[in-house]
Amino acid sequence: MTPVLSVQNLRVEFPTRRGILTAIDDVSFDIAPGEVLGVVGESGAGKSITGTAIIGLIEPPGRIASGQVLLRGSRIDNLPPDEMRRIRGKRIGMVFQDPLTSLNPLYRIGEQLIETIRTHTTLSESAARNKALSLLEEVGIPAPDTRIDAYPHQFSGGMRQRVVLALALAAEPELVIADEPTTALDVSVQAQIIALLKRLCAQHGAAVMLITHDMGVIAETADRVAVMYAGRIAEIGPVRDVIKQPLHPYTRGLMGSIPSLAHDSDRLVQIPGSMPRLTAIPSGCPFHPRCPRAFTPCPTFRPELAPEQKSEVACWLYTAFPVTAAAE
Amino acid sequence: MSMTAPAPGDAVEPAKPLVEIKGLGRVFDVSKPWLNRVTERLPRRLLTAAADVTFSIGKRETFALVGESGSGKSTVAKMVVGLIAPTTGEVIIDGVSMSARRHDSERRRLRRRIQMIFQDPYASLNPRWRALDIIAEPLRAFGIAQSATQIAQQVGDLLKLVGLDPADGTKYPHEFSGGQRQRIAIARALACNPEFIVCDEPTSALDVSVQAQILNLMRDLQDRFGLTYLFISHNLAVVRHMANRIGVMYLGRLVEVAPAREMFAKPKHPYTRMLLDAVPDLDLTGRKRKPVEGEVPNPIDPPPGCPFHPRCPFAFERCRVEMPLPTLAGAATVRCHAVEEGRI
Repeated sequence: MTPVLSVQNLRVEFPTRRGILTAIDDVSFDIAPGEVLGVVGESGAGKSITGTAIIGLIEPPGRIASGQVLLRGSRIDNLPPDEMRRIRGKRIGMVFQDPLTSLNPLYRIGEQLIETIRTHTTLSESAARNKALSLLEEVGIPAPDTRIDAYPHQFSGGMRQRVVLALALAAEPELVIADEPTTALDVSVQAQIIALLKRLCAQHGAAVMLITHDMGVIAETADRVAVMYAGRIAEIGPVRDVIKQPLHPYTRGLMGSIPSLAHDSDRLVQIPGSMPRLTAIPSGCPFHPRCPRAFTPCPTFRPELAPEQKSEVACWLYTAFPVTAAAE
Repeated sequence: MSMTAPAPGDAVEPAKPLVEIKGLGRVFDVSKPWLNRVTERLPRRLLTAAADVTFSIGKRETFALVGESGSGKSTVAKMVVGLIAPTTGEVIIDGVSMSARRHDSERRRLRRRIQMIFQDPYASLNPRWRALDIIAEPLRAFGIAQSATQIAQQVGDLLKLVGLDPADGTKYPHEFSGGQRQRIAIARALACNPEFIVCDEPTSALDVSVQAQILNLMRDLQDRFGLTYLFISHNLAVVRHMANRIGVMYLGRLVEVAPAREMFAKPKHPYTRMLLDAVPDLDLTGRKRKPVEGEVPNPIDPPPGCPFHPRCPFAFERCRVEMPLPTLAGAATVRCHAVEEGRI
């Protein structure tokens, strides 16, 4: 089956006065129909840039330098802006971190929903309003027939995020890109939104790319997970394998550094140092200066993603040392 | 827990706690300006950010306050360090009331023993000062070190203590990463040899791997200097890792206080149970989560009776009219009619 989304060797660059910054490099992954792919990483790992690049919203002078983005097998990264506009909202729905910035404060939520629905479908005004009402009901807004005429500021944070979910699903998209959808919410509301996102996407048959820094959210929601570090995918695989038996030393460190609710620990595993800045990404494997298991090839040669058990991992511990490359 | 984890049943605190918080409350006036009130005939609006908060912290203990946004945890923290004045109740530190008129000189000496670490290391460090001036400020302000060489020596030691290079002292805050900035904030807090540090969400702005570094550092420093922490966080896993005892806040009230282990093994208050249930399960135990209902109500207009009753699965008539009082339940102190009557 063709994947809903296929990202191949994507590289995004930002030219600056001091040279070209590579925000993400050689990022490849597929999302199958109905699948939830989690993308995790710490700040600066390139998760959000990946999402932004897919929907074609990289701010110039930033640009996709190489690679392809395919939606149902056809390229979308080289489409003219007009055609891309029609895909955004229609075939790809988006949910961002802060619902207040994705809703227009001057329009009633009903107007915003109806506008979205009418832009992407041929429904009449009244049919679109009915559709908006049923969407609000579906995302769990109490008394939708009165709330539809309310302004965004009259909703709480959790309710606003529900409205944003309704907006994202308004045109029945094939893919939903959710960028930190629960980060601004309290834990009790966060759990509601995650459950809702998961249920709705399953019902509407939409594939999801869920970008977050929260491993807990990934564990609850995703089928597969991609761990990003310094603009590259370090490890990608089924969620259970990556969380229970992480392969890449970075994933191991990351998992160990999360305090657990289930058992006591005296000290947390800590990864020394911090994520490199884009201006100073180390040569070879970008993680090698912080890696407890770095050895000969790591500072010089960049590891590629290679299959290992059920996952794929970019690490020299799992791949044969490149003798030919070393001889050069 | 490696340190002074109190034995179960230790809900009655040790004989002489370092910090005692008694009936602390704070009301903010959020009314519109006077003219609008008169012309639009609006009543005065008051927001009760915290009410009747009582707990104490023993020496070398870590007491954590958890709760969702708007629960009043930060308001309590600010009252404890004296950044805002309480409307009711008092803060007693080492036997000296921080609000009474007398004890003025004693209070000044006490202030030096209390420090605070804030959430956002980007906002709590002056961007125009070099790291070494930031750390030296309390040394100068309290007259701890006199000569320039003495100050330079101590600042260097403090930087080393928090895992930074003394040579980094000449840099400005923007040259450091988030985790390094929080280290500078910790070094500044430690400069005047405090005993008691109030930490308001110290790692919430940091990535998990950096959070682990800071939490480990804070525990090491606690062991080394015998520090007492009041630790504010919304992250239950972090709280479990750090705290000996935990207080759960909801709409300005402390609904449950219990030893950490006890609270995670047997949460009593329905809100505590709901909070624990809402945390995503990282251990993939396949634990079935109960769906969480509703949201935190507006604190300007809290529900009558127990503030949690509209969301509570165990609520009954009494909860809607009568505010529950703190009662002892095992090692925990709980504000809940259902727990008090032994129904749950």
